[in-house]
Amino acid sequence: MGYEIKLDIFQGPLDLLLYLIKKNEIDIYNIPIAVITEQYLEYIDVMKSLNLDVAGAYLVMASTLIHIKSKLLLPVHDDTEDEEDPREELTRQLLEYQAYKEAALNLDTMSLLGRDVFKREYPLEDKTDSERSLEEMSIFELVEAFRIVISSMKSGDLMEIDVERMSLSNRINEIMERLAEEKVLTFADLLGELNDRVRIIYTFLAILELMKLRLIKAYQAESLGAIRIFLAVDK
Amino acid sequence: MDNLKAIIEAIVFVSENPVSVEKLVEILEDVGEKEIIRLLHDLKNEYDERHSGLCLAEVAGGYQFRTRDYLGPWIKKIKGIKPITLSRAAMETLAVVAYKQPVMKSEIEKVRGVDVSGSLKGLLEKSLVRIVGRKDIPGRPIIYGTTKKFLEVFNLRDLSELPTLRELKELED
Repeated sequence: MGYEIKLDIFQGPLDLLLYLIKKNEIDIYNIPIAVITEQYLEYIDVMKSLNLDVAGAYLVMASTLIHIKSKLLLPVHDDTEDEEDPREELTRQLLEYQAYKEAALNLDTMSLLGRDVFKREYPLEDKTDSERSLEEMSIFELVEAFRIVISSMKSGDLMEIDVERMSLSNRINEIMERLAEEKVLTFADLLGELNDRVRIIYTFLAILELMKLRLIKAYQAESLGAIRIFLAVDK
Repeated sequence: MDNLKAIIEAIVFVSENPVSVEKLVEILEDVGEKEIIRLLHDLKNEYDERHSGLCLAEVAGGYQFRTRDYLGPWIKKIKGIKPITLSRAAMETLAVVAYKQPVMKSEIEKVRGVDVSGSLKGLLEKSLVRIVGRKDIPGRPIIYGTTKKFLEVFNLRDLSELPTLRELKELED
């Protein structure tokens, strides 16, 4: 069995091309395609021989280079003088990528909060202060919260129950009834007490469905804070 | 009220997120916006003049106390602080989103020449990038932009403070 090494030197085919251009001190506006194509393919071979997973994007670029090279080999007729240089599109792409690559390096040199500069740390404990500004949550954050609930459970706590079939609409109704009574439920209230995988999944689906129907709203006071679920319309 | 500056200092100190001038106007009621801005600048100068370990930074549309950057290594010694890390791939994707927003995933991929699903997901998880909507073209693709947190993390007042992108030279004929 072979093993794979993940080499992160190049951020993709454009990055590799920029490296080759710099290494050979080539004018980016006048790339000698034959030379660059040859060196590019050599790199791909090296990556393959190292058992690196050569991403499809590298191979697409290889074929683009070969295509440009073949176009340049064709004789140029006088009447097609206006035809654009087949290298132009590639040059434009390289220049654009280079600009953003530099921008990324610039961003990296800035004083980042949480890396170079710091603000006060705020405890993540559950706050009950009702005046706290709450932020409405997206589905994306809910899924993350779901993942945390699931991963915090010991696998031994989970039981598989196949016999008792439950329906999504039943679970939806249960949640709506509880909400009507208790006004506010936390995500953990609904999921934490469950130790049956099917029930957890149904509960989560029910929450998503209710959010989609705009019957409930999920709010969070701070990231990683408790997620509170409210009825969208107070009855 | 000559303790006004102290009140502002205290409010900014206890606030978790940058405090905007509007917020201060709302809290301090009778005090004008100009006066509040003047006091904030006074406060900022005081912290700078006495070489405090803290500075009053103007970020993401508000004011926030943060440690000075040369003190970073000391802060990291405190147990439990995990510095945020952004890979080169994440940084490049973030740069494209920041400068080209609102931007589709396919546009980011065209610039970087690689699949950006992984780095985009990481940036969404870190709340540096958000979904701003869908583009009104066939397929209604999702469009992305940066968040307020992005401004806070990168120490920017607003997006116009991003360093200018090196201009793309026109191709010579």
